[in-house]
Amino acid sequence: MAFLEINDLHVHFPIKGGILNRTIDSVKAVNGVSFQVEQGKTYGLVGESGSGKTTTGRAIIGLNEITSGQVIFEGNDLAATENKKLDVKRDVQMIFQDPYSSLNPKKRVLDIVAEPLRNYEKLSRSQEVERVADLLEKVGLSPESIFKYPHEFSGGQRQRIGIARAIALKPKLIIADEPVSALDVSVQAQVLNFMREIQKELNLTYLFISHDLGIVKHMSDRIGIMYKGRFVEEGDTEDIFSNPQHIYTKRLVAAIPDINPKNRDAQKKFREEVQLEYQKDYGRYFDEKGLAFNLRNISQTHLAALPEIGVVE
Amino acid sequence: MNDKLLEIRNLKTSFRIRDDYYAAVDDVSLNVNKNEVLAIVGESGSGKSALAFSIMGLHNRAKMEGSINFKGTNLVGLAPGKINKIRGKEMSMIFQDPLTALNPLMTIEEQIGEVIYLHNKAISNRDKKAKVIELLDQVGIPHAKYVCDQYPHELSGGMRQRVIIAIAIANSPELLIADEPTTALDVTIQAQILDLIRDLKQKMDAGIILITHDLGVVAEMADRVAVMYAGEIVEIAEVNTLFEQPRHPYTRSLLNSVPNSDEKQDKLHVIQGIVPALQNLPREGCRFKTRIPWIAESTHEDHPELHEIAPNHFVRCSCYEHFYFPDETEVENSGLS
Repeated sequence: MAFLEINDLHVHFPIKGGILNRTIDSVKAVNGVSFQVEQGKTYGLVGESGSGKTTTGRAIIGLNEITSGQVIFEGNDLAATENKKLDVKRDVQMIFQDPYSSLNPKKRVLDIVAEPLRNYEKLSRSQEVERVADLLEKVGLSPESIFKYPHEFSGGQRQRIGIARAIALKPKLIIADEPVSALDVSVQAQVLNFMREIQKELNLTYLFISHDLGIVKHMSDRIGIMYKGRFVEEGDTEDIFSNPQHIYTKRLVAAIPDINPKNRDAQKKFREEVQLEYQKDYGRYFDEKGLAFNLRNISQTHLAALPEIGVVE
Repeated sequence: MNDKLLEIRNLKTSFRIRDDYYAAVDDVSLNVNKNEVLAIVGESGSGKSALAFSIMGLHNRAKMEGSINFKGTNLVGLAPGKINKIRGKEMSMIFQDPLTALNPLMTIEEQIGEVIYLHNKAISNRDKKAKVIELLDQVGIPHAKYVCDQYPHELSGGMRQRVIIAIAIANSPELLIADEPTTALDVTIQAQILDLIRDLKQKMDAGIILITHDLGVVAEMADRVAVMYAGEIVEIAEVNTLFEQPRHPYTRSLLNSVPNSDEKQDKLHVIQGIVPALQNLPREGCRFKTRIPWIAESTHEDHPELHEIAPNHFVRCSCYEHFYFPDETEVENSGLS
């Protein structure tokens, strides 16, 4: 049994209108997504804004209501109502995107990091301070930081406070939603290194949500590409980057800026080719409603949403 | 050289914090030529945006020294009325955030039309509208006639950024400053916008200053690159040289901290410490010194200067000659673990 298993997940947001303000339609933000994550691995979820990757992450942790489908975490279905009890969910934590807005400016670091502890564990005041100091040390901040406020820290330090809060309850799964997008490259490197270190140390599993393919490639063991609420391709990191199958994946891979200026012309040519193919064949990759097809196996580890017959290539 | 468009000499822009002035741009000299993309790279706080705003004359209360020569006019200390005649016409800027740079209460036609009208008050409404539609076509917005009457909130992020570019190029500027033009956009849209800027460079023979922290974007777009740290230029070179033979420790560290797409490294390089705040900048000696403490003190210059170590390749301070990356064990993440 997989550590985390998502089965046919749907998250729809109602659109209300008409005279009686009834639900007239819905935005299908996540429209039939299934994947599995192994323990101790990093699963990268990639897509552009509006693709539903963040909604998927938030639905797993329960921040968005699930319309239908299953989120099976260690054998428990988190979507089922009877499982909305607390102790399953303490094992799943989240790191948010923006370290400037995800920490309450009026709270001290102590209160921010101790909040999950206060929810789940009855600690005395001195035990609590000790635990928080330990956590801060683990993320490389000095224990004196306890009584400071978020504005006294730099972006990278704030993100590490966010990480300290996420690991306070020794979770098993961390959903990291664009954890480094708001940071400078050098600080990014620091946070990414650190995330890998604690992953080894605490045997954490990450669901790493990002639009930056370079970073996802660096971090992930397995990657799922989302487009308009559905998966268009899924595979091991190697599969996705060396053998992209779906036109949308190809387009994403082609759009990554190449760090070597010598490749500029080659890259430009490659991008033009993909763009031509994209314009020519876009329709063939989607059904009449504009949805991606169901994933089909290409190899043992690699799945893509290719049309049933008349496969390109 | 004949095609020199912009010549900045010893520019120093200082901001007042409490009762003192602190230089955010400190003694910067550089040139921009026609039909050239000069990229300015650095972390937040390195002064790259402050430099761009200085050129555009957008700092209201900053103290500016030195000279910015744009086609024979020194922009430093120029009367606001005169700057207004140049700004938006001969030089213009693409702002970073397409969500906030547009006025939510004006239609697209009004926003683009405004900048055309301000520099050509005699234009008729019909000509103005035709020009707006032409610009929208030029930046690749489909159904230009229809988009004209729309408001910013009706457009996607990529479309809004195109509108901002349309405003910037409305009067065919000779100098275009793009401040993180694609940071807020998705990669596929980023690729389109960069293509667009590249086309415009060729069509209009314009000089472009591209400000970014994304080294991938630099590698794709730039002809020359200036690396800024703590208000100073620490290295400036042709793009190939900079990526193949980076010399300054800061440049080398930056390049090393990007996940390399070709090989799977376990650990990324981390630059120790943080960019110091404006008030705490070390003004004496090498400013990067505190972030490479394993390099001997004696290798730094007392008053670091830019040295031309190869034609058109300038590096500040002599510490680059002795710089090396510490072993994994030595750096061990600056106290992170």
